[in-house]
Amino acid sequence: MSAFTMDGDFGVKTPVDRNKSSSPVIQVVTEPAKEIKMEKVATLPAGEIGTPFAVKLANFGRAVLPPVLGMLILLGIWYIATMKGGSIPGPVKTWDAATVLFADPFYRNGPNDQGIGWNILSSLQRVGIGFGFAALVGIPLGFILGRSAFLSAMVNPIISLLRPVSPLAWLPIGLLVFQKADPAATYTIFICSIWPMIMNTAQGVQRVPQDYLNVARVLALSEWKVVTKILFPAVLPYMLTGIRLSIGTAWLVIVAAEMLTGGVGIGFWVWDEWNNLKVEHIIIAIFVIGIVGLVLEQALIMLARKLTKESA
Amino acid sequence: MEKFVQVERVGQTFDTKKGKFVALRDIDLTIKQGEFIALIGHSGCGKSTLLNLIAGLTKPTTGVLLLEDREIAGPGPERAVVFQNHSLLPWLTCFENVYLAVERVFGEKEGKAKLKERTAAAINLVGLDHASAKYPNEISGGMKQRVGIARALSMQPKVLLMDEPFGALDALTRAKLQDELMKICEATKATTVMVTHDVDEAVLLSDRIVMMTNGPAATIGEILEVKLPRPRHRLTLAHDADYIGYRAAVLEFLYEKQAHVEKLAA
Repeated sequence: MSAFTMDGDFGVKTPVDRNKSSSPVIQVVTEPAKEIKMEKVATLPAGEIGTPFAVKLANFGRAVLPPVLGMLILLGIWYIATMKGGSIPGPVKTWDAATVLFADPFYRNGPNDQGIGWNILSSLQRVGIGFGFAALVGIPLGFILGRSAFLSAMVNPIISLLRPVSPLAWLPIGLLVFQKADPAATYTIFICSIWPMIMNTAQGVQRVPQDYLNVARVLALSEWKVVTKILFPAVLPYMLTGIRLSIGTAWLVIVAAEMLTGGVGIGFWVWDEWNNLKVEHIIIAIFVIGIVGLVLEQALIMLARKLTKESA
Repeated sequence: MEKFVQVERVGQTFDTKKGKFVALRDIDLTIKQGEFIALIGHSGCGKSTLLNLIAGLTKPTTGVLLLEDREIAGPGPERAVVFQNHSLLPWLTCFENVYLAVERVFGEKEGKAKLKERTAAAINLVGLDHASAKYPNEISGGMKQRVGIARALSMQPKVLLMDEPFGALDALTRAKLQDELMKICEATKATTVMVTHDVDEAVLLSDRIVMMTNGPAATIGEILEVKLPRPRHRLTLAHDADYIGYRAAVLEFLYEKQAHVEKLAA
């Protein structure tokens, strides 16, 4: 809009003002951008030289080589550090233990001795339930807070006060209220998952472009249509970010919570193996927890990409 | 109808951090049914503010605005707006964007088939049948703006309000869309108010050009009646003495009578 205007706005911002910036600012910004563009254009063809197959192979190598190398170095350091023996087992011993462990992941010898598969699944179940409840409460609450400045101002200090509290500090309250370990752990997950969901959803609602809301006003859309056709799709990317942050935290917290509550679960299992002094199992657990967390995160990123692609 | 839209003694003051800012004062304007009005003036003269007032998106600080003798109390589909940056919803296809408007206006009385027919007709009117199923980010800027126009026209508004609709487009696309808009307005007899800063656009399209003084506290400086016969063709008009005269009159207003504040602002 700026090329032929004689912009000289007075800096008045009204709700319907569509961010008119004055043209001198735009010119200053565009010049360095042009330079970057030219560089990109200059470097692009260089990568495209050669047959398509060779290029694909080279790209594949570039993508796979560094992470594989990193893993090998990690294993190497681990191997060298544990070569002389000591209390920490080396990679070979851990691998042997893992093959035994994963040969039968779903055995049950009483409530305190179950396969690693069961432990992972019960942890995931707690995370799922706590996280699900947090989404049910947190996302609508985020919408309400985003829409109402009054409620937002009312609730924000409370959120600011409670959010930095470690979720584990809530565990005794949960034990007291529920009188049982299992719901208390789930409740801890609920507490830690809910903040990112409320805050990201509320932020998303506040950032819905005024243009879209003006469209809604001119069309005089019903509140239901505003929510389903404009707010929800506009907020979805923010909501998914909230969900991703939540599930990351939830997975961090569940291990610690289960160490304290006991029962079945990957956190409890780590603690149990520590009591049995099976250190190789603890190392296996560290890898397992990491891999599960990674899978959860990647699954949500993929979901977000799919949903926002459809809506963008 | 002689007094279709009436703007009476309208003033608009905004509360800013630096205190009160008077954007508009003493605006008096009467628009006939079927008339094409262009609002022209330097940036910051409040022409978009006036358009938003007619749209009902903002309320005047003083004075009153009437449509068919009834006060304009808020935004509504009988005063459709074509926004400067098209404002299509990116998660809906072109068809769905228009359908949203059609459904709102005619959904209570008509069945789905009829609503779809209306949507298709509006898209056809702007020549976008082929892009109907595409998403806004898959089409060009000019096409997006056409969908915006289709959306506005599909509601069969009493007044069509356009806020620099072609400002962001290249000159060739702009000329094409201006020609299309002229045809559409002649066919639908739509009462139209268009904000522009393009002198040629104003003279080519308008029945009257409302020229605004520089802000702050902008008001209507002069109103120029463009008595060129319709249909108008840009190529024939380029050498037309009347056309050149109207053009000169607007330029004179903008660059001689209202030039001084522009220098200060620049």
